[in-house]
Amino acid sequence: MVLKRVIPCLDVDAGRVVKGTNFVDIRDAGDPVELAERYDAEGADELVFLDITASHESRDTIVDLARRTADNVFIPFTIGGGIRTVDDAQAVLDAGADKVSVNSAALARPELLEELADVFGAQCVVIAIDAKRREPVVSSPPCDRPEWDVYTHGGRTPVEGRDAVEWAREATERGAGEVLLTSMDRDGTNDGYELELTRAVADAVTVPVIASGGAGEPRHLVDAVEQGNADAVLCASIFHYGRHTVSEAKQAMRQAGIPVRAAGSARA
Amino acid sequence: MSATRTSSGTAAGPLPDAQGVRISILDYGMGNLRSVEKALERVGARAEITPDAERAADADGVILPGVGAFPRAVTRVRELGQDELVRSRVAEGRPVLGICLGVQLLFDSSAENEGDAGLALMPGVVGPLEAGDHKIPHIGWSPVSWRHESGLTEGIPDETPFYFVHSFVPRPADEGDVLGTAAYGERFACAVERGALYGAQFHPEKSSAAGLRLLANFARICRGVE
Repeated sequence: MVLKRVIPCLDVDAGRVVKGTNFVDIRDAGDPVELAERYDAEGADELVFLDITASHESRDTIVDLARRTADNVFIPFTIGGGIRTVDDAQAVLDAGADKVSVNSAALARPELLEELADVFGAQCVVIAIDAKRREPVVSSPPCDRPEWDVYTHGGRTPVEGRDAVEWAREATERGAGEVLLTSMDRDGTNDGYELELTRAVADAVTVPVIASGGAGEPRHLVDAVEQGNADAVLCASIFHYGRHTVSEAKQAMRQAGIPVRAAGSARA
Repeated sequence: MSATRTSSGTAAGPLPDAQGVRISILDYGMGNLRSVEKALERVGARAEITPDAERAADADGVILPGVGAFPRAVTRVRELGQDELVRSRVAEGRPVLGICLGVQLLFDSSAENEGDAGLALMPGVVGPLEAGDHKIPHIGWSPVSWRHESGLTEGIPDETPFYFVHSFVPRPADEGDVLGTAAYGERFACAVERGALYGAQFHPEKSSAAGLRLLANFARICRGVE
């Protein structure tokens, strides 16, 4: 049995967490490593850092982030943002990250996924997909299943001719070992994950799917697993703004009969 | 020591008995050993990554880590004389812990690729995980069931989850060597113990508080406290 995972996601700009947090008892809410330690102690199963640094020094900052995290946090973590080549990935993995996630770079050049999987193994490669529901064309016949477009660059640019479910299938066939699937429609709404999208992708690929975008309360995490067939749930604001703790979220999942890891087992 | 090391949110701190215990992490050029080093430091041990078998000879404990393919790993370990180091330490009853590929290397042979011979310190072979309908590799947190009491698992409840990333598993010939098992398609041995020789198929350095506790326990064993 593999337990379902709860994964806090931290957006990092120039080495600092950019989305606020109101944890009251930590010294530096902008320090990604201190927040990461906090989430580890609360029972987070993994962490994802998304680097949004726009500058050319991006790689140095993510390598430094990976090293400082690996030195202080003893759960697996993924770094995404700014990874465009095998060398970029090598630097981050050497610094102690367990996985890298790629998005725009893989859309621009899908062979990158094969290259990364060849060198590091599929278990190190996460394909991040930002998907947005396609507006139905009024003149076309009604369609049974909704469709989603793939967006790049933080959701600003739709990719011509890319269906999200098809892209997930292709990316995993090329070598991605996991899909980090974000609903652009739900992201930031607290209305819950887009379950139809999550399920469509989870049923189309043979690798784990991480649901992302829209979590506002613990019940949403349960829904993503039960109805969306997600293997893991990514959460940002629900934890960052202190509405719920990781352990509360896991408690709700456990009560729903979903196997999850308890926080702080075997405290030394 | 970084400022964050003392954070109150840290799940596991140093254990007194692990303090200052010197542990050598054998480097044979495969995989990232930094997390193992830092996890040992977190529990108070003095960790050192070294390819040098002589240097590791007088350490209190030795860890044989590893990620990657068995054939290349066993070749490198032999070239560096690390196999003889581990063999002599085990013969003297001095503790050795294999992690992930490191535990697989302790067995007689592996079916991976050509079927190379291992260090033959624990009877049995390494074979592919028979995962049935489950995906390979086995990645993620799986509960571990302990077969018997051990200094290595002290304070870690039965069915505590640990973090796994692997496609192959050791199959101990001697059931008495099995310390813990996990289920993924099949129930397999994921922790072993034979005299001073210990092994974990999972990654204690990525298993949060439970993993740190296991490493602290190993350090205590190395000091001779159980």
